[in-house]
Amino acid sequence: MGRVEIRIAGFGGQGIVLTGHIVGQAASIYDSGFATFTQSYGPESRGGSCTAEVVTSDEPIDYPYVQNPQVLIILSQEAYAKYVNSLPKGTLVVIDSDLVKPSPSHNPVPLSIPATRMAREMGRAVVANIIMLGFLAAVSDLFSTEALRKSILASVPEGTGDFNMKAFELGYDYGLKHRVRS
Amino acid sequence: MVTVTNKPIDSYLRVDRMPHIWCAGCGIGLATSCFIRGIERAGLDLDKIALVSGIGCTGRVAGYVKLDSFHTTHGRALPFATGLKLGNPELKVVVFSGDGDLAAIGGNHLIHSARRNIDITVICINNFNYGMTGGQMGPTTPLEARSTTSPYGNFEHPFNLPYLVAASGATYVARWTVLHLRQLERSIAEALAKPGFSFIEVLSPCPTVYGRMNKRARGLDEMHYYQEKSVIRNGADPKDTDISLDGPIVVGKFVDIKRPTLWDYRRQVLDRTLQKKKA
Amino acid sequence: MNGDEACAEGAISAGCCFFAGYPITPATEIAERMSKRLPQVEGIFIQMEDEIASMNAVLGASWAGVKAMTATSGPGFSLMMENLGLGVMLETPCVLVDVQRAGPSTGLPTLVGQGDMMQARWGSHGSYEIIALVPSSPQEIFDLTITAFNLSEKYRVPVLIMSDEAVGHMSEKVVVRQVAPDDLVARKRPRVAPEKYQPYKPDKDLVPPMAIAGEGYHFHVTGLTHDERGYPEMTAEAQDRLVRRLSDKIRLNKRDIIKYEEVSTEDAQVIVCAYGITARIARRAVQQARDEGIRAGLLRPITIWPFPEERVRALAKQVKAFIVPEINYGQIVFEVERCAGSKAKTILVPNMGGAVHLPQTILEAIREAAK
Repeated sequence: MGRVEIRIAGFGGQGIVLTGHIVGQAASIYDSGFATFTQSYGPESRGGSCTAEVVTSDEPIDYPYVQNPQVLIILSQEAYAKYVNSLPKGTLVVIDSDLVKPSPSHNPVPLSIPATRMAREMGRAVVANIIMLGFLAAVSDLFSTEALRKSILASVPEGTGDFNMKAFELGYDYGLKHRVRS
Repeated sequence: MVTVTNKPIDSYLRVDRMPHIWCAGCGIGLATSCFIRGIERAGLDLDKIALVSGIGCTGRVAGYVKLDSFHTTHGRALPFATGLKLGNPELKVVVFSGDGDLAAIGGNHLIHSARRNIDITVICINNFNYGMTGGQMGPTTPLEARSTTSPYGNFEHPFNLPYLVAASGATYVARWTVLHLRQLERSIAEALAKPGFSFIEVLSPCPTVYGRMNKRARGLDEMHYYQEKSVIRNGADPKDTDISLDGPIVVGKFVDIKRPTLWDYRRQVLDRTLQKKKA
Repeated sequence: MNGDEACAEGAISAGCCFFAGYPITPATEIAERMSKRLPQVEGIFIQMEDEIASMNAVLGASWAGVKAMTATSGPGFSLMMENLGLGVMLETPCVLVDVQRAGPSTGLPTLVGQGDMMQARWGSHGSYEIIALVPSSPQEIFDLTITAFNLSEKYRVPVLIMSDEAVGHMSEKVVVRQVAPDDLVARKRPRVAPEKYQPYKPDKDLVPPMAIAGEGYHFHVTGLTHDERGYPEMTAEAQDRLVRRLSDKIRLNKRDIIKYEEVSTEDAQVIVCAYGITARIARRAVQQARDEGIRAGLLRPITIWPFPEERVRALAKQVKAFIVPEINYGQIVFEVERCAGSKAKTILVPNMGGAVHLPQTILEAIREAAK
C-alpha cells in the first residue's frame, strides 16, 4: 500500500495521542510497513486542542506530516471547523456524533459513531478511542484489523486488555452496520 | 619570593610548582597546610581523594596539592564535584574554593548541594573580597567595607555563610580563622569523616587588596584583628554569627547533625522500589 | 518510540552510566527516560539545579571514569556553553544533546527550530573544534548517540547531537540493539606508571591517554592554558601549542569523523543540502523534482561539525546551484556558500521556525534553480 495519511483531532484527554500511537505501531510493528506518528497540542496538559497525525507507507517515510489525509477522525467541533474545509476528494471523515455537528452542506455526509456515549455505557469513557478504532477498522480497508488488535493490546494498561478488546469489537460491529454513508 | 625547604608536608604538594602565586600575608597557604594535616589526621587514602576548585586565589589550591585535582570554571566546582562523587562514590571529594566563587557565581550550586546533602566537604576561604581581580566587593564583604567597586563603602548586606548552608541542609558547619590552626585542622579532619555535606568557612587575610583598603595593610594586622575579636562558641546558632566590619567574629563548630545523604537515600528508595518491581 | 526516547536508549546501549539534566521542552523526555532506565542498569541519574550544573556534573562524572551525557534545548544549550569549553579544554569525553526549538530566547518551546547550528560550532569562547552530529529520525538518533559516545571517547572531546523538536517528538519504529563490546570505543588509558604520567602528553594521533580520579595518578587538570603535565603555563607559546593540538586532533581526523548521505547526486544539476528533519522534506522535494525530469539530488550532512567541506567543494564543480533549506534565517548556508565559492550558486530557503518546510517550497526553489 502506498502512502496513507491519517489525522485525528479533538481536545486533550480524549486519548488522541494513544490512538495515533496505536495506529502507527500497528502499521510499523504488527504489520510490515513503515509509520511516522506526530502530535501537536496546546500548552495545556488537559483540555486544549490536540491533534495526532500518522503517515503509513510500505516504504520509508520522508515528509512526516499530513498534507492530504485519506482519513480524518474528528472529536470536537473546534477540530471540525479547523480541518474539514479544503479536504481532498475522497477523504474518509469520521466524527463522534455526540461531539460534532457536521455542517448541513458537508458532502458526502461524514460517517459517525457515538463512541464516547457507547464507552460511557460500557462503564469507562476512556475506551471511546478504542471503540473509534474498531469502527475505523470496519469502515475502511486501509488498516489490518489484526495488527490493530495486537497494537491495542500492547499499548493499554496491564489487565485492561479484555475490556479494550470488547470496546474494539463493539466499535467494529457498529461499523459493519453503519458502513454505508447515509 | 618564598623559599621552600623540605618539610613533612612536601610529599603532599607539587613542589615543582613552587613558589606559589599567593601574596605575602595571605592566609590560603595556612589553610592549605591545615587541610593536608587534616587529611593525615583523618587517615585517608590519598589515592581516593579528589580535590576540586573553582576560580580565584583559592581556586589555585587544586594546582598545588599532589592529589587528583581539578581546577574548573568560576563557581562550578560543586556541580563538577557532584558528578565526580556520583560517578565514583568511593572517592572522598573535597571542594576548596573562595567565598566569591562558592557564594556569588556559584551560590545556587552551594545551596542545592547542601539541600541534597551530597557527601562532599567544602573548605571555603573567606577573605571578604575578590582578591585575584584586584579587590572588588563580593557576597561576604561587610557593610561599610571599602573595595574597588564599593569605593564609598559597601551598602549591600553580606551573606552569613554558615547560616546559609546550615539552613540549606548541611550536616556539618564550622567557621575558623587562619589563626585557629589547630581547631581548623581538627575541624577539617572531622568534616572529612562526616557523611553528608560538610562546610568549613575559613576567614583569611587579604592584605594586598582588601586589607589595604580597610586599614589592615599587613597580614599581621588582620591576624591581630582575629586574635582580638574572635569568640569561640561551639554550638552557636548560625543565625547569631553575622560578621560586621571590625565587629566580633564568632568561630567554632556550629552544626554537627545526622541526616541521610543523597547516596543513602537514593539506595534506600531504589532498593525498595526496584526490588518491588522485580518481585 | 519517539526520538527523545530513542536517544536515551542509544545512550544506554552505548554504555552511558550517568545523566545529569534539567527539565526543558522538548528535551525533557530524554531526562525522563534516563531517570527510569539508568537505575535499572546501575547507572546514575541526577536532576541538577540548572543546565550549568548539569554540564559540570557530566564532566565530573566523566573524570570519575563513566560515560556521561546531558540533554537540553536552546536556552539550556546557551547555559552549557561555558563548561562545554571546559570540556574541550580538559579533553573530557561526554555527549551533549540539543533538541532544538525555535529561538531566540524562550522562543517557541514546543515547536521546531534549527537555529543553534552555529552556536554548536562557536558557542563557547576561544578557538576550538567540536564534533556535532545531526539525526533525522528516531532510529538515526539511536544510532548516532552510540556514534557520539564512540567519537567522544576516541578523540576526548564533548560530542554534540543536534536534534530538533520534530525528530525528538516524532514516533517511529526503532530497533534497539545491543552493541557488541568491540563496537564500543573506550578512552585510551595511561600506559606508564603514575610518577611518569603526564595528563596532556599526546600520542601520535594528538590524543593523550586519560587517567581517571581515584587510581593513584594524582594528576592535575585545569581550564587554564597548560603544558603536558597539566600545569598552568601562561605564555603565547603554550597557548599556540595547546590550541593547535586541540583543533588539529579533530581537523586531521576529519575523514574518520565526517559522515554524510547522498541521494541522486551523480548527475545532479541542483543539489539540496539539508540536515535533520529538513533533510526528510528535501528528500521528498528532490523526488518530486526528479519525477518532473529535473536532475536534482540531496546531500545530507550527518556530521555537521566538522563540516563536510571537501564533498561540497567537489560537488560544486558539477552543479549549477546548491539549495539550503534550514529552519533558521541562514546558518549552514554560509558554510555551503564558502565551499561552493564562485563555482555554484548557493540559495537559502529559510524558515524561521515553528514548523518544517513544505515540500512544495523546496521543490519550487529547485525548479527555479534548474532553469
